[in-house]
Amino acid sequence: MLDNTEEIALDTLLNKVKEMKTDGRRVMQICATKIGEQYELLYTFVKEYDTRHIKVTIDPDTHVPSITDLFENAYLYENEMHDLFGISIDGISHDYKGGLYRTAVESPFA
Amino acid sequence: MKGNRSVIPFGPQHPVLPEPIHIDLVVEDEKVVEAIPSIGFVHRGLESLVTKKDFGEMVYVAERICGICSFGHGYGYVNAIEHLMSIEPTDRAKYIRTILFELSRMHSHILWLGLMADAFGFESLFMETWKYREKILDMLEAATGGRVIFSIIRIGGLRKDVPDDVLRGFLPELEKVEEGIRACEKAFMSDPAVLGRLKGVGYISKEDAIRLGCEGPFLRGSGVAIDNRTRGYAAYSKVDYDIITSEDGDSYGRCYVRIQEIYQSADIIRQCIENIPGEGIYVPVKGFPNGEYMTVIEQPRGGACYYVHASGKKFIERMRVRTPTFANVPALAQMLKGCDVADVPILVVTVDPCISCTER
Repeated sequence: MLDNTEEIALDTLLNKVKEMKTDGRRVMQICATKIGEQYELLYTFVKEYDTRHIKVTIDPDTHVPSITDLFENAYLYENEMHDLFGISIDGISHDYKGGLYRTAVESPFA
Repeated sequence: MKGNRSVIPFGPQHPVLPEPIHIDLVVEDEKVVEAIPSIGFVHRGLESLVTKKDFGEMVYVAERICGICSFGHGYGYVNAIEHLMSIEPTDRAKYIRTILFELSRMHSHILWLGLMADAFGFESLFMETWKYREKILDMLEAATGGRVIFSIIRIGGLRKDVPDDVLRGFLPELEKVEEGIRACEKAFMSDPAVLGRLKGVGYISKEDAIRLGCEGPFLRGSGVAIDNRTRGYAAYSKVDYDIITSEDGDSYGRCYVRIQEIYQSADIIRQCIENIPGEGIYVPVKGFPNGEYMTVIEQPRGGACYYVHASGKKFIERMRVRTPTFANVPALAQMLKGCDVADVPILVVTVDPCISCTER
């Protein structure tokens, strides 16, 4: 298990992200990992050099709420997860609807 | 057309872009009101290759994420694997890694100075700066045998040693580079024509830089003192340096930070060469990595994360590389809002975009 990581259920994601915001953190990265038939979403927040992670495990057809209301720059990572992994994310502030990655090969890849 | 708005496509091919990125510029007359980026033209799927390449071979794939900061990408991946396998490289390997890191930073920043000069049409300044970049590439070649991809780093240390006399030979070369950059600095920092293209252009406040997740000189150029080298990886805990910032927040501030970091890198290299220990460069590696780890390092363009998820097998399950240019895209899109169409090329270059890094 990654250090400083909290595994949470999807329905508590926004509350947990709000805690990170209140704590003065910023989004460092968000990524998806395919584990078997499920996806692990890893949200990384940083405050100066102190890094914290939130991990959520979801099924492929799960809809994930966007965190862009709390962290504006998250839209890039959420669009990336959608384009490369096919994760459905609801309410992205700048939703490119699959247009962030213009690849000749059809995506998602994983 | 929507009302008096129209869309101007910028890229993927454009004279200021060495690599392809596309931005739809929504404009009203000559003002940009929205910038919509799209990437993917050089997406190679390097992260997913980790599931098909031996974890030791993957170092060479990681290096190929980008030709400018290739050493850092190799290091980021190697450092994560070394943590998972509880490998502590020798001090000599750490010092040599730090020297190569800082040569890469000098190379990257000087390359940016040249591209910036080219973008605002100062061609002789562009050629002058790149003259000194060649000297850095010569040093990298003397140390590693490569000028772009070095393949010197491996899990457990280094593939080959860099002899002390080669390292000492860097000292007079560094002085020449610093002297040359000082001459160029006058043009970048005080030439009226250059100031007209840099001062007050592409302003990002300290609060916006934090809110939009900026990294590297883009962040420090807005007055935020964050430099991941202070985390102490490689030999950074054993050298003295201060974090360089600028309160300007504009293209001028970012230019200032990069120029000062060139001198700083030369100083760090000198400290490393003076204090380098004389022991081995490699610790044998046994077994396979297991677990998860995230390394955060300071690449020339800013903080970069390398997340590795391994399960005790030859092949790793996931490698995630969050590069600084990718993190800087939201701030770039924000910065372009409200600017003149004529300033877009300069503003894109001021971020120091690396599209190979962004797309992986």
